Amino acid sequence: MKRMKSFYFFSGLSILVTSMLTHLNAQTTFPVNGAPHLTHSIYAFKNATIHTDENTELKNAVLVFQDNVILEVGEKAVIPSNAIVYDLKGKHIYPSFIDLYSEYGIPSNKPAPRQWNGPQMESSVKGAFGWNQAIKADYEAHKVFQHNKEQADDLKKIGFGVVLSAAKDGVVRGSGTLVHLSDANENECIYKDRVAGFYAFNKGSSTQDYPSSLTGAVALLRQTYYDAQWYKATTNKSEYNISLEAFNQLQNLPSIFDGEDKFNALRIARLGQELNIKYIVKAGGDEYQRISELQQTDLRFIVPLNFPEAIDVEDPYDAELVAYADLKHWELAPTNPAAFEKNNMPFCLTTSGLKEKAKFLSHLRKAIQYGLSEKAALKALTTTPAQFINMQNQLGAIKKGYFANFFVSTTSIFEEEANILQHWTNGLPSVYKEVNQPEFQGNYLLNTSARNFNVNMKGEGSKPTVTVYLDSIKVNAQFNYQDDGVMTMSFKYDSVLITRLNGVYESDKKTFVGKGQWADGTWYNYNLRFQSPDTSKKTTTPKKKLPTLGKIIYPFQAYGEPLPESSGLLRDQWKKFKNRYQAILIKDANVWTNEGDSILKEYDVYVVEGKIVRIAPNIDAPAGAFAKVIDAKGKHLTPGIIDEHSHIALTRGVNEGTQASSAEVRMGDVINPEDINIYRQLSGGVTSAQLLHGSANPIGGQSAIIKLRWGATAEDMKFEKADGFIKFALGENVKQSNWGDMNRVRFPQSRMGVEQVYNDYFTRAKEYDKQWSEFTKLSPKQIEKEKRVAPRRDLELEALAEIINKKRFITCHSYVQSEINMLMHIADSFGFKVNTFTHILEGYKVADKMKAHGVNASTFSDWWAYKNEVMDAIPHNAAMLTKMGVVTAINSDDAEMARRLNQEAAKSVKYGGLSEIEALKLVTLNPAKMLHLDDKVGSIKVGKTADLVVWSDNPLSIYAKAEKTIIDGQIYFDREEDTRLREDIKVERARLVGLLIAEKHKGVKVVKPTTKRQRLYHCNTIEGVSEEETGHR
Amino acid sequence: MSKLLKFYSLFSLSLLGSFLQAQKTKTHIAFINGVVHVGNGTVYETGIVTLQGQTLEMVMDMKGLRLNPPAYDTVIDLQGQHVYPALINTNSILGLHDADAVRATLDFQEVGEFNPHVRSLIAYNTDNKITPTVKTNGVLYTQVTPRGNLIAGTSSILSLEGWNWEDAVLKADDGIHLNFPVEKYMGWDEEKGMNLKKNKNYTEQLNKLHQFFSQAQAYCLQATPNEKNIRFEAMRGVFSGTQRLYITAFKAHEMLAAIQFVKQYSIKAPVICGARDALKIAEVLKTSKIPVILSRLHDLPDLESDDIDAVFKLPAQLSKDSILFCLSAYGDMESMQSRNLPFIAGTAAAYGLGKEAALTAITLNAARILGIDKQLGSLEAGKLASLVISQGDILDMRSSQVVMAYLNGKPVTLSNQQTELYEKYKAKYGIK
Repeated sequence: MKRMKSFYFFSGLSILVTSMLTHLNAQTTFPVNGAPHLTHSIYAFKNATIHTDENTELKNAVLVFQDNVILEVGEKAVIPSNAIVYDLKGKHIYPSFIDLYSEYGIPSNKPAPRQWNGPQMESSVKGAFGWNQAIKADYEAHKVFQHNKEQADDLKKIGFGVVLSAAKDGVVRGSGTLVHLSDANENECIYKDRVAGFYAFNKGSSTQDYPSSLTGAVALLRQTYYDAQWYKATTNKSEYNISLEAFNQLQNLPSIFDGEDKFNALRIARLGQELNIKYIVKAGGDEYQRISELQQTDLRFIVPLNFPEAIDVEDPYDAELVAYADLKHWELAPTNPAAFEKNNMPFCLTTSGLKEKAKFLSHLRKAIQYGLSEKAALKALTTTPAQFINMQNQLGAIKKGYFANFFVSTTSIFEEEANILQHWTNGLPSVYKEVNQPEFQGNYLLNTSARNFNVNMKGEGSKPTVTVYLDSIKVNAQFNYQDDGVMTMSFKYDSVLITRLNGVYESDKKTFVGKGQWADGTWYNYNLRFQSPDTSKKTTTPKKKLPTLGKIIYPFQAYGEPLPESSGLLRDQWKKFKNRYQAILIKDANVWTNEGDSILKEYDVYVVEGKIVRIAPNIDAPAGAFAKVIDAKGKHLTPGIIDEHSHIALTRGVNEGTQASSAEVRMGDVINPEDINIYRQLSGGVTSAQLLHGSANPIGGQSAIIKLRWGATAEDMKFEKADGFIKFALGENVKQSNWGDMNRVRFPQSRMGVEQVYNDYFTRAKEYDKQWSEFTKLSPKQIEKEKRVAPRRDLELEALAEIINKKRFITCHSYVQSEINMLMHIADSFGFKVNTFTHILEGYKVADKMKAHGVNASTFSDWWAYKNEVMDAIPHNAAMLTKMGVVTAINSDDAEMARRLNQEAAKSVKYGGLSEIEALKLVTLNPAKMLHLDDKVGSIKVGKTADLVVWSDNPLSIYAKAEKTIIDGQIYFDREEDTRLREDIKVERARLVGLLIAEKHKGVKVVKPTTKRQRLYHCNTIEGVSEEETGHR
Repeated sequence: MSKLLKFYSLFSLSLLGSFLQAQKTKTHIAFINGVVHVGNGTVYETGIVTLQGQTLEMVMDMKGLRLNPPAYDTVIDLQGQHVYPALINTNSILGLHDADAVRATLDFQEVGEFNPHVRSLIAYNTDNKITPTVKTNGVLYTQVTPRGNLIAGTSSILSLEGWNWEDAVLKADDGIHLNFPVEKYMGWDEEKGMNLKKNKNYTEQLNKLHQFFSQAQAYCLQATPNEKNIRFEAMRGVFSGTQRLYITAFKAHEMLAAIQFVKQYSIKAPVICGARDALKIAEVLKTSKIPVILSRLHDLPDLESDDIDAVFKLPAQLSKDSILFCLSAYGDMESMQSRNLPFIAGTAAAYGLGKEAALTAITLNAARILGIDKQLGSLEAGKLASLVISQGDILDMRSSQVVMAYLNGKPVTLSNQQTELYEKYKAKYGIK
């Protein structure tokens, strides 16, 4: 009992003495008021189960430490004679957990909601910083870190003793600092000042316009790396740049990247590959959905336990609003940590993303229930994070010479009942519960001068449930034992009369002694003496079993499909699964080849390994080919539809329209392969699409051309070996005519200005290109001798130089004839050709000039009247351009209309009288030509890729439906399969809703249903501006 | 409003005007050998349609019919071309604006929460740039509809021909348009992207609506109130049943709430517009006999897990459930999309509704829902001689080629600014 008291005495003092309790020989610069009180006490914990690391569990072991250093640990460790010894029998000691993704002690920088007062094109930060506010490379967490007892206790109570604190604001977030969570001043808490650099594709509180989109954020970071490299290499710089100086400093540290979700992680992996950086990625929680792809990267992970809360599905209509993927994720999210373990991926765990930190351990146990091993869990909380920051020789284990960071738990920390009693960080204790609590459980006899009672105490420790027996009657007693050793108790000894007792516990005699008072006020002496142990059984919560779970589907979206078997899959297995047909034979179809003048009646088309190998009547597939035979009698077969102008399948923004040029941004960086519109468009026969940047600025971003391989990753969707394209735009959008009166700032504001934007950028790109070609001509010797430094790599001018060098091709959003003509002149003056005018609604007015320039046209069938510059549009445009010899396409620019491009093409038969064969080319061969893909797709020809559509009727008819959509000789959409998938979705939805409603009835907290949806982008969609804010159409 | 004016507004100015005109030149025309689509489901593969003046005189199969050509001023042999009733565009801002982005051309929305007194009729511009292109595809009538706020205003039904709205009007002030408050909606924010949001003002908006309707109802009980309230005056027809109440509601929740609402105020002729979730509440619609005007079918399903053709097949499903509905172009860019009304019906036909029923959904059912089926909607003797002739199936862009149209018995100009530009540039390039 005395021992216990001293413990408390000590912890009470700890705040006073901390400043002195550093290393043995350490000195401090701080003056002391009064006599210094240096204790340097040695502590020894014996008889404990010590988990020195995830691999070693020592039973009845001893831990000896002094100040902040572990002196000895082991089953036979010698206890120094001057040690303060504690018996921790039955208790477990673990190394303190380490959280690498913490904001502990960092002042929060929540900006006020942005008030938009017109464009802010430049940084508003004063000083010699870089151009972009979102690059906060100079931010150093250790300079702002402040100890916070409340936050520290919250973390220590769930096992964390050391954290890497950093601000989570901006694209580059500066450095984080490693601190322990002791109640000490900041000087002592910091283990290491600058430990890791932090990054994200999110500009955070920056008020500067750029970047407004994800693609812009990626481009900004990429360019910053190149700028910093140049800055480092160049000695006679024309500028001093705090941000780049700091950025270069960060490059010596591990890089931690906010991953947000599985696809962002893949995005980061690609960037890392390009820049030769091994990132540590803070996972989003959904990585299990693409784990095999992530396993192929060299990423390391910090994994959160932010499992989604159960959703309220009481109202059946409300429940329907919950996205299918969200329902499935609710069930499968707890398997996420296990997925990392199963795939041997290096990962640690974090509390980040948990609204209530206190839930960490219960979530951890849930993760274990869902397949994570205890060993991996412990490793991910100790040795792995220590390794990630190269501190594995000081942190993350209970070993000789390591920092004294550990906690004491009542039992294994993975047990439901486990309680953390004390947490020692850097040798300083935080005591949450008495370690050596007396065990009262048992049968007692209460002996008073007047009367005796039998008493039973049940339950562990010093807070038992107490029952008093009055002959045959049982009454519950109030019992309160305080840690200072004083006990009070009361019970009814008659129907209404209550007696009250006060006393102390004599542990050697197992007896409480003291005085009591009867209801009438009379005092009496008593003793309450232990008689026999309580025989009732101890109840322990059994470990929860893993429930049967739904399957992971690819993509993780409605109409995704599970793999045949669902565990331990490698990346290529998805492909193999999808590539189930070695050969396909389509029989007796009306074949629209796009190669001749007529439709081939009742022809067969034979496809082997994705290529068209034969087109003829009555083909018989060789017996060993195992060809999938499709009976297309009475049906039509066409090449797959190619949408030259699409904005589906993009993540967080289609426009980086904050500057007149954003040539550096790449839509290929932000492909979202889970957009349901991919599947919907497959159902309309679309097989390829060009994902374009928007039209908010004269020079937009680089396009991505994809094949609609539903289920593949972003990278696997990209059309192989496609040329690079870039979006340009003219007219009202780029001069911001319809953006309101605030937008009168950015150049250009008129068509006159647009021309000069091009003139300016191409002039500079030409000079840039010259600089580089001169530099690359230099021999290494010359470079050495003349001390030449490579020019700064400018990704924007690089893209424009590619245009001049005919390695990148323009698709230009255009409406009015004057500006169309202007751009052709600009191109001519810089020696290249415009590849495609898209929209081109007044193309018919300059068809002859377009023909002469050799530019292609990609237009709407009949859209018009949505703004002033389209008032002269005519639906005969496509037909007229075609007749004038301009290669012409019909595009969608719209997720819905893209499902009906065949019908849109048909309108050029109605308006302008094209032949049906020519009309179909508008959405197949012609877009293939303008995308330079007609050697691969666009017609049905031997040797070309089998991107094909089987239609129920003439494909130009409104009554025609795509029955099968084939890409690379594989069936990606099948109307019969679709029916089956609908049924699967219905069944799976019902199962999950059933589980959710059961949760609610169990009393689990549920949250209001909500759903996320892919935003539908058009050319002029600006991220940050809501279209549907009002709720009315 | 004077008594005389009120009379006119109830019984259409234009009818009277064209009646007087017709007296002078009562032409007698016969269209023979056409595939006649009556609009009510009946088709005469070789049919005849005759008209006298502005009225249809005879529509029937030609089998066994002996024609007396001299009895007609003109006999037109259609040689297998298709004859349809004039298509009717419902719930549309067509005629109330030109370019969407040019504010100066926009005339479909007023300020204020309750604007039943605001009339679209007088803002309808017969020289509007878009209407001629719609007419070219066989759409000859449109319900000119105001937008916005809780009560947007009063619509009117006009033909797409006329020197001025006075000539063009078929039924003035046919109904009041109410936008029922939405409980939840898809909204965008920086943190979550597109996500389902709760309308924070839902209860408040609902309360306001109740207050307005209860006050208007009480007001309309008085024939001559001491003090006139022109908003309430404009509501009389809704309570008496001479005007329809068009309620825009998309989701099941709002539609159910709207139906409760109209019951509470004993609204005699309610119509639900939008009605995307109509199937979910089919039973309620059926028992309460409320018809719906569906928004444009060329739209994506609401949810990712919905059937990919959820919207396309909705008309077929409603038809199976015997719910009275019509199709519209209502949605983004609805004015210019109005010319695709036949193809919206074509889509419904392709997804299970069938061609004739799809035609009914843009002709006879539209007329029924608007309350003009005595005059329009089908090719039946006694109705107005407004018809369209197409070379092929008008619902399929592959074959739709409108070659002739008659409105109130008079031929309609099918050219428009776009066809003129087309001709001009064809001439420039010397191409066919």
